[in-house]
Amino acid sequence: MIRSGTKGRILDIIFANGTRICALLVFLIIVAIMVSLLAGAWPALKKFGPSFIISSQWNPVTEQFGALVAIYGTVVTSIIAMLIGVPVSFGIAIFITELCPVWLKQPIATAIELLAAIPSIIYGMWGLFVFAPFFGDHIEPWISDTLGRLPVIGPLFSGPPLGIGVLTAGIILGIMVIPFMASVFRDLFEVVPSVLKESAYGIGATTWEVIKKIVLPYTKVGVVGAIMLGLGRALGETMAVTFVIGNADRLETSLLMPGNTISSSLANQFTEAVGEIYTSSLIALGLILFLLTFMVLALAKYLLIRLTLKEGVRT
Amino acid sequence: MAKDMNKDNSKSQPTLLERGFASIKQNGQAGHQIAGPESLPLKMEVKDLDFYYGKFHALHSINMGIPEKRVTAIIGPSGCGKSTLIRCFNRIYELYPKQRATGEIILDGRNILDPKEDVNLLRAQVGMVFQKPTPFPMSVYENIAFGVRLYENLSRQEMDERVEWALKKSALWKEVKDKLNQIGTALSGGQQQRLCIARAIAVKPEVVLLDEPCSALDPISTAKVEELIDELSDDYTIIIVTHNMQQAARVSDFTAFMYLGKLIEFDSTDKMFTNPKRKETEDYITGRFG
Repeated sequence: MIRSGTKGRILDIIFANGTRICALLVFLIIVAIMVSLLAGAWPALKKFGPSFIISSQWNPVTEQFGALVAIYGTVVTSIIAMLIGVPVSFGIAIFITELCPVWLKQPIATAIELLAAIPSIIYGMWGLFVFAPFFGDHIEPWISDTLGRLPVIGPLFSGPPLGIGVLTAGIILGIMVIPFMASVFRDLFEVVPSVLKESAYGIGATTWEVIKKIVLPYTKVGVVGAIMLGLGRALGETMAVTFVIGNADRLETSLLMPGNTISSSLANQFTEAVGEIYTSSLIALGLILFLLTFMVLALAKYLLIRLTLKEGVRT
Repeated sequence: MAKDMNKDNSKSQPTLLERGFASIKQNGQAGHQIAGPESLPLKMEVKDLDFYYGKFHALHSINMGIPEKRVTAIIGPSGCGKSTLIRCFNRIYELYPKQRATGEIILDGRNILDPKEDVNLLRAQVGMVFQKPTPFPMSVYENIAFGVRLYENLSRQEMDERVEWALKKSALWKEVKDKLNQIGTALSGGQQQRLCIARAIAVKPEVVLLDEPCSALDPISTAKVEELIDELSDDYTIIIVTHNMQQAARVSDFTAFMYLGKLIEFDSTDKMFTNPKRKETEDYITGRFG
């Protein structure tokens, strides 16, 4: 059977343009979202100006809105999540790739994938009904008795043991980002050529030295990327955080007190938002979250460029 | 915490004639009398070494003596166990579960297969260079300093000297002295391989294992590495696995021929290539199989 040349060429043109349209769609969607967010947020931004970002007031009755509480809660919960999630994910990934006996590898990998498959609302319910009461009854009193008494960082850990609050939300977020980061780290560590590891072991390096000096530098681009993606997820996570953070629009020093994040404010208040300024302020919050995640990604890119520059090679 | 590196040659070591080559056992046949012109002290002795990949029996009771400060080549067709054999010499096979060796490998009077042997110190004493160049993802300088730091606490200046020494020894200094801070992976393939050799000798090992070090290199780099092997044999015991019989003939003092996991013949390179005793060896080096 001979294929007609013209037909093939036409098909190829359709195919090429089809894929091009798909790719360009990404730009279109980004621009559309930016424009609609900006348009929606405009009334609030016009009314409050730059003070929208630095004001901690969120008062629907007097229609005074500021984003500081939500920004602070978002950033702090994400930092806590990263402090917990990154080391644990590292531990999991290193154990699976370097130390684990063969028969245990698959069960652990499967368990991590199952953990990743749990919907975030389940984490939220588990956090609210199981973790928060336990945390409030047993862990938080201990935290405020010990860490709360320390100078400088003391105020961060003092206050009544409510169970729910910024710290609880951060911990739940940490648990939620672990499966994602652990499986990405594992995939990264697995692509380190075994000859490279062998040659490090071959001059007598220990497992820890091989990981620190060979595996991590070899995979650092991917590792930074994975951490930033995990951070992006933590910043935007809504349901689980809404369940356990307490949804209080006050700025508190203590991590044990309730707070709010951008996404949980939006989830909680959109249905009850009345009036142009209230709605517009919520959209402005969304805009800020968008910019925050964008900044995280930009920072990741910048870090990676600096890392490559330091090595003196640009390929 | 410097590693004890003095080579004690005073103790009476067995000679090739006494226990080395003459003890090759082959399927119940009597060992045959072979040796170089002189009786050399042995650096390593392999005794009844068997090796298994899971259930697969890869090496069958290997017996051989590795003469000190000489180049010993191991040749044989693919899959005959050459690499497996030298991977026993620094116990690198242990990284993989289900691989195990039985028998003895004596290095300076110690059985290195003994589980009580410190495997990290062993690997400092027995360096290894692999088939493909494996520079670490760090600068040229750090590539060499990395291994040294594991064992010795050197001042900045001493370390500079050591790095320069290793690079000069591996004939790479002239090419990289202005690029010490560049990442090692940016060098050419031949340079990378010489960097790996420099890295291996920087920790001052006594034995250097080369696992087909030239198979990924162009002829010019190969010639440089071969020259280097020749020079290094003044100070180090070198064991090289190679597919290339001409290379074995060029660089080695002794050659071992392996086939199907067995050591068929082991003799001085001259004899092996001009007057082999075994039919299989002759067939292999004249290109009739393999």
